[in-house]
Amino acid sequence: MKTVTDAASTPSGSLASVAGPTLDVARVRADFPIFDRLINGRPLVYLDSANTSQKPRVVIDALREHYELHNANVARSVHTLGTEATAAYEGARAKVATFIGAAGPDEVVFAKNATEAINLVAYAFGNASAAPATNDERFVLRPGDEIVVSEMEHHSNIVPWQMLCERTGATFKWFGITDDGKLDLSHLDEVITERTKLVSIAYVSNTLGTINDPAPIIARARQVGALVMLDGSQAVPQMPVDVAALDLDFLAFTGHKMLGPTGIGVLWARSSLLAAMPPVLGGGSMIETVTMAKTTYALPPARFEAGTPPIAEAVALGTAIDYLTGLDMRAVAAHERALTTYALDALSTVEGLRVYGPTDPADRGGTMSFALDGVHPHDVGQILDEFGVEVRVGHHCARPVCARYGVAAMTRASFYVYTTTHEIDELVHGLEHVRKVFS
Amino acid sequence: MQFDALYQEIILDHYKRPHGRGLREPFEGEAHHVNPTCGDEIDIRVHLDGATIDDVSHDGMGCSISQAAASVLYDLVNGQTVTDALARTDAFTDMVAGRGAGEPDEELLEDGVAFAGVAKYPARVKCALLPWMAFKDALVRAQAASPPAAGDERSAQTTTVGGTA
Repeated sequence: MKTVTDAASTPSGSLASVAGPTLDVARVRADFPIFDRLINGRPLVYLDSANTSQKPRVVIDALREHYELHNANVARSVHTLGTEATAAYEGARAKVATFIGAAGPDEVVFAKNATEAINLVAYAFGNASAAPATNDERFVLRPGDEIVVSEMEHHSNIVPWQMLCERTGATFKWFGITDDGKLDLSHLDEVITERTKLVSIAYVSNTLGTINDPAPIIARARQVGALVMLDGSQAVPQMPVDVAALDLDFLAFTGHKMLGPTGIGVLWARSSLLAAMPPVLGGGSMIETVTMAKTTYALPPARFEAGTPPIAEAVALGTAIDYLTGLDMRAVAAHERALTTYALDALSTVEGLRVYGPTDPADRGGTMSFALDGVHPHDVGQILDEFGVEVRVGHHCARPVCARYGVAAMTRASFYVYTTTHEIDELVHGLEHVRKVFS
Repeated sequence: MQFDALYQEIILDHYKRPHGRGLREPFEGEAHHVNPTCGDEIDIRVHLDGATIDDVSHDGMGCSISQAAASVLYDLVNGQTVTDALARTDAFTDMVAGRGAGEPDEELLEDGVAFAGVAKYPARVKCALLPWMAFKDALVRAQAASPPAAGDERSAQTTTVGGTA
């Protein structure tokens, strides 16, 4: 069994990086009430943060405080509570904008989750394609036009585009995955062509953990006039993301993987693009003037937020962003890197274990999928649970990734700000027991 | 440890050395079932001789629970009449879905009683039932393809299974 050999490691399991800001993991853990509970009589070892993160006390308090003190609907009330709720909701939008380097809060559209954010763009394309005469050409798809994704995507960045292509007759294309778990860009110019209207790629893979370099994809997309979207669901929680520096068009991510509540996600888009996009959901809040003959629409972001939004969830996401900013995203990224390095080393001591994806910690985030020879992931996960070790098993909503490596399922351990090296040791210990049961 | 209730020696034995595995000819009915949450797959073929299940063959990939369940299924229904096979299907299904009253009937379910612990793991009930659901489908198809035999008072279509997990 692997033990802590890194001189920088402390008994609390935190890791110091060579330079830059660091996390005090013991202090971070004290902010998360869930670590007080036992699972099957054992301390909780939560290694499923790529699925959903745990929530710090301040986020849970923010939800409760909103309902206890400030609850009212937003954007339509003149009374005190309505004003407070609106200020808090719009304040959260501003926090999101600052966090990702947006030009301003109006570039931030709140959605239910990343899936809805991606679908919002897909349906805007669909709506524009249904009425090409009155819509911006950039969103109009005709038969032979192309949408490009990758084989590495979560289903949420595959299925909406397949559906869009079925509706419009556009062609659905994708980048493959190399054996070492990276995007295969060897045919970049053939995959992204003059007919490509949109490229949508995961910034960080939810299965392989690969951190993709969007630069060559964006450069090629610019040559042919295609728009570029990144699925930032796994990236925004664990590393600094700056949409301006990336020269992006769209970014989708979700609150619940970055210490926020469920039910709140984000679509960021350049303001010029949002202004040109047709609405998707119709209803209250997204209108300018409604007559029985015709409706005109509000400016973005309101145009894309029909109905009463998840107000408390947005406010609490703002609190989560404050918390992450307080930790410093550079420290969060360094912590993920250190844990990934430690875990790659620790898992290599388990006989019959194969880690999928890049082997260099520099190329990957804190998400690690693996196979244990002769034991199905469901059985691995079930036995680990008896040790209080919570991992994800299955196809991780990325079935094509599993198919790429010839397996139906994988076991996945994923780390976050509260994860310690001791917990990775517990994982290794549990895996040794799994091997014994199935020997 | 608690998982001993789930990972019984009997289940691990059937997983490591499955009975009746491998798809065989002849057959009148065949079914392919997938568990979309985990990707487990099973193929089941049924060969009928009148009202008797003359062969049930299976192949698949998946966790120990689903693969061992296919092995136990083979033991329990191969050579049985359709009526008896369906009675065992119902008993097994009720047991793992937690609907069984009292102790499982070891005379009826033999090694299958090792799956009683699955009822405590709602996420795994589908694993244990995957081959049995596929068997029922394959049996329906086999019956549809075969002339009804005298004395075959029960057909697969009339049973109700489901609503589990």
